[in-house]
Amino acid sequence: MENSMTLYISRRLLQMIPLMIGISIIMFALIQAVPGGPEAMFLESGRFIDPTIIESYRHRLGLDQPLYIQYFKWLAAAVTGDFGLSFSTSRPVSEMILERLPATLELMLMAFIFAAIIAIPLGIFSAVRQYSLLDYLTTTLSFLGIAMPVFWFGLMLQLLFSVKLGWFPTSGRITVGDASLVDQVRHLVLPGIVLSLLYIAGWSRYMRASLLSVLRKDFMLTARAKGATERYVIWVHGVKNALIPVVSIMALDLAGLFSGAVITETVFAWPGIGRLFIQSVYSRDYPLVMGILMMGSFMVVFFNLVADVVYAWLDPRISYS
Amino acid sequence: MTLNETDNTLERRETFSLEQSQVMSPSVMFWRQFRRHKAALVAILVLTIMAFMCFFAPVIAPYEFDAIDLRNTKQPPTLKHLMGTDELGRDLFTRVLYGGRISLTIGIFAALVGTLFGTLIGAMAGFYGKQIDNILMRFTDIAFSIPTLPLLIVVSSFTKASLPVIVLVIGLLSWMATARVVRGTILSIKEQEYIIAARMIGVRNGRIIFRHILPNTFSAIVVGATLSVGGAIITESVLSFLGLGVQPPVPSWGNMLQDSQTTMASKPWLTIFPGLAILITVLCINFIGDGLQDAIDPTLRGK
Repeated sequence: MENSMTLYISRRLLQMIPLMIGISIIMFALIQAVPGGPEAMFLESGRFIDPTIIESYRHRLGLDQPLYIQYFKWLAAAVTGDFGLSFSTSRPVSEMILERLPATLELMLMAFIFAAIIAIPLGIFSAVRQYSLLDYLTTTLSFLGIAMPVFWFGLMLQLLFSVKLGWFPTSGRITVGDASLVDQVRHLVLPGIVLSLLYIAGWSRYMRASLLSVLRKDFMLTARAKGATERYVIWVHGVKNALIPVVSIMALDLAGLFSGAVITETVFAWPGIGRLFIQSVYSRDYPLVMGILMMGSFMVVFFNLVADVVYAWLDPRISYS
Repeated sequence: MTLNETDNTLERRETFSLEQSQVMSPSVMFWRQFRRHKAALVAILVLTIMAFMCFFAPVIAPYEFDAIDLRNTKQPPTLKHLMGTDELGRDLFTRVLYGGRISLTIGIFAALVGTLFGTLIGAMAGFYGKQIDNILMRFTDIAFSIPTLPLLIVVSSFTKASLPVIVLVIGLLSWMATARVVRGTILSIKEQEYIIAARMIGVRNGRIIFRHILPNTFSAIVVGATLSVGGAIITESVLSFLGLGVQPPVPSWGNMLQDSQTTMASKPWLTIFPGLAILITVLCINFIGDGLQDAIDPTLRGK
C-alpha cells in the first residue's frame, strides 16, 4: 500500500512538470504582450528618454535576443527562484515576495481554520436535521455568501464594526507600538471573516450534500441494524465517509484563498502579497507581477496535487493505478 | 423544500388514474418542477423588475446621471433623492439605475462569450476524443491553474478599458468550467447505446451532434451560463472597484464603490446601495440557476 502510494505521488509530481512548463509559456507570452514590452515603465514615465539609453537598457535585460533564448533564460532563472529585479525598488523580486509572504499566509490560515470550524459542523447539522429551521437558515446564508461581492462585504464589516462600533481596527496588521498577541488577533478578525465567507458558504453546502448522500447509502442501514446508537452511526460511519470529498475540496480551495486575499488585503490595507500584487500592477512593475503570478500558479498546481493525494489516502476504496 | 408532500400527492394521483394520466413532454415536466421552486420564482420577479428599471432608466430616473447639483451634495436618502447624493450632488438612485445597465450588460455578454467558448472547446474535446481531447484538456488544465482574478487584473491593466474589451476579457477567463462540464456530458452520452446504434446505421457525424448530443448537453450549458452571469457581474464589480474596469464618468455598480472607502464613515449610503444592488442581482441569478438545475436534472433532486 505504501509503495503504490509513493508511486502515485511521484507520478503526479511528474505530471506537474509539463503543466508548469505550459503555465510558464503563457506567463512569458503575457510579459511580451504588454504594450511597450518589459521596458514599458521607462516609456511611460512621460519624460523624453534618449533612445540609446533605452537600447542599452534593453540590451542589459537581454531583450534584443531572439524570443526563445529569452524564454529559456527566464525559465532557467525562474526555476532557481530568481525572478529578476523589481522595477520600482530594484530589489530581487523573490526577496520582496518572501518578505510579505508570512502576512498573507497568516491571513489565509486564519480564514481557512475559521471557515472549517464553522462550515463543517453547520453542514453536518443541516444534513442531520434536514428541512429544519437551521437547515433553511444555513442554505439561505450560503446563498448569500456566494452572491456577496467580497470587497463589499469587507467594506460593510469595516463600516459596522470598525467605524460605527469601534470594536476592531479598520486596517493594517498591527498597531504601531503595540505588537501584543491581542492586538494582532484583533487586526486579524475582520479580514479573516471576510476572506472566509465564500468558503463557509461553499463548504457547508458541500458537507451537507455529501453527508446527505452518505446517509442514504445501504451500509448506514446495516450499521443501524447492528444496533449501534444513532449518534455513533452518524458520526463514525456517516461523517467520516462524507468528509472525504469535502476535505479534498478544502485543499483545492486553499489555492483560491490566494485570489481572495488579493481583494481582502486591498480593502483592509493588509501588508501581504495580495496588496503587493495590486501595487505592482498599478506601478507597472512587471517582474514583480510575474513573480507573484508564477507563485500563485504554483500554489494552485501544488494544492491540486495535495487534494488528490489526500483524497486517495483517505478513501481506501481508491486504487492507485 | 416542501417537495416531499407534493411528490407524494403526484404519485397517488397517478396510481389512481392510470387511464387518465397524461403523457407529459419533457418541457412540460420541466416547467412543473420549476414552478415548485418558490425562491426561483420570486427571484425571476425581482430580477425582471430590476432589469426593467435599469433598461428604462432614461425614462424612470428622476435626474440625469451626471447632473451635478452643488447645492445638494452629500445628502443622505430623502424623499427628493431616494438613495441620497454623492459629493458632486449627483442622485445616487439614478446612478444605480444607469450603473445597472452597464453592469448587467457586461455580465450577460461576458457570460455569453465564456459559455460559447467553453462549449466549443468542451464539445470538440468530448466529441473528437483521443489526441484532440488530450491537447484541449491540457490547455484547460493550464488555464485552470493560473489564478483567475490576478490574471484578470494584470490583463485589464494593459488593455483599453472599453466595454467590449472588458466583456471579452472577463468572458475569456470563465470558459474552463463550462468546457469541462460539456466535455463530461458529451463523453457520457457518446457511450450510450442509441448513439452507437445511430452510428451503426450510418447517420452522419453532424447529424448525430445536432439531433442527439447537443440537446442533452443543453441543460448543463444553460445552468452553467446562468450561474456565470452572476460571476461575471461580481468580477466586473471587482475590476471596476480596483479602477481597472469601467471608467468614470460611465457609472457601473463597481466603480461607484471605488472611492467609497474613504467616504464610508460620513456617507455610508454611497457604499451600501450599489453593493446591495449587486448582491440582490447575483442572489436572484443564483436562485434561478438553482431552480433550473432542480427542474432540468431530476437525479439531483432531494440532495
